[in-house]
Amino acid sequence: MKFGVIVFPGSNCDRDLVWVTEGLLDQPTRLVWHQDTDIADLDVIVLPGGFSYGDYLRCGAIARFSRVMPEVVKHAERGKFVIGICNGFQVLTESGLLPGALIRNRDLHFICDRVPVKVENTRLPWTSTYDPGQVITLPIAHGEGRYYADADTLDELETNNQVVFRYCTPDGAIDAAGNPNGSLNNIAGICNRNGNVLGLMPHPERASDPVLGATDGIKLFESLLGAAVAAV
Amino acid sequence: MTQRQYQAHIYVTLRRSVLDPAGTAVESGLKNMGYDNVTGIRIGKYVELSICASDEQQARNQLDRICDELLANPVIENYRFELTEVATVQKAEVNS
Repeated sequence: MKFGVIVFPGSNCDRDLVWVTEGLLDQPTRLVWHQDTDIADLDVIVLPGGFSYGDYLRCGAIARFSRVMPEVVKHAERGKFVIGICNGFQVLTESGLLPGALIRNRDLHFICDRVPVKVENTRLPWTSTYDPGQVITLPIAHGEGRYYADADTLDELETNNQVVFRYCTPDGAIDAAGNPNGSLNNIAGICNRNGNVLGLMPHPERASDPVLGATDGIKLFESLLGAAVAAV
Repeated sequence: MTQRQYQAHIYVTLRRSVLDPAGTAVESGLKNMGYDNVTGIRIGKYVELSICASDEQQARNQLDRICDELLANPVIENYRFELTEVATVQKAEVNS
C-alpha cells in the first residue's frame, strides 16, 4: 500500500507520518509537495498536522486552494483513501470533503495533552482492528479543534454512523467532563458517507512508536493495511 | 476600456449560533473593569482590498464569490462589505 503525505508550507507532522508508514509499517511512502499534481501512484493520501500557510485567515482555508487539492478530491471521489489529521482535518472540512468546521477551542487554550477517545465505528477500513466502543488514549495538540456543524448535519453524521472517534472520560462516558475543547457531540473524528475519507483532531501517528510510550494510534494504520489485504 | 477602482471594507463575523469564546472572554474582561453595561461582544475579522471592475455590480458579484469561497467560511461565518469608488482608470485595449 503506497502512502503519500502532502506537504503544505507549515506542515510539521509530515515526517512523523513517514516514520510510521515507512519506518514502522514498511510501506512505500513519499512526501508530496503541495504544488505537485501527479498523485496517481498513491493508494492513501495523508494530510498531516501543522499550520498550513500559517493558518492565516482560518485553519486550512488557504491550503484548500493549493494545486494538489483538486487531485486529492478526485482521489477521494474514486473511493481511494484520504486521511486528514489535525490541520489535515481542517483542510478536509474547508475543501468540502468532510462536513462542518473546526473552530476556536471552547476555553481559548491551545491544548497539548493525551486524552481518552472512544472508537465509535469499527466497521471501517480505518478502525477494524479496534474493539467496538474501545477507549484509547491519543495525543491532541490544537487551538482550533472544536468541531461544529449545524443541527441537520450533526443528525446526518449520527444517523449514518459517520462519527468515528469521540472524546470521553477515562471510563468511556461521553459527557462535558470528557470533552477537552467543546466539540459538538464530543466529536473527535468523522468520516464521509462512503467511509474512505477520515478526519480527526487527535494524532495517531504520535502514538505509534513504542519508544514514545504510547501505541494506541498504530492500529489505525494497521487496520488500513488489513483492509488492503482483504480487498486483494 | 473604462475600469473603475473600488476600495472594499469586508467584515467577517461568526454566525449567531456559533459560540464565540474570544468575545465571551473580552466581555468578562470588561465586566472586571466595571463595564457592567456592555453585552453581546462578538469578535470577527476585518479585511480591506482594492478591486478593479467595469462597474459596481461586477465588483459586488466578484466580492461575493471571494468572500464565499475564501474570506468567510459559510458553515460558521457571515460576511458583509462596503464599497467605495476611488478612481476611474482608462486602460488601453490590448491588441486592438
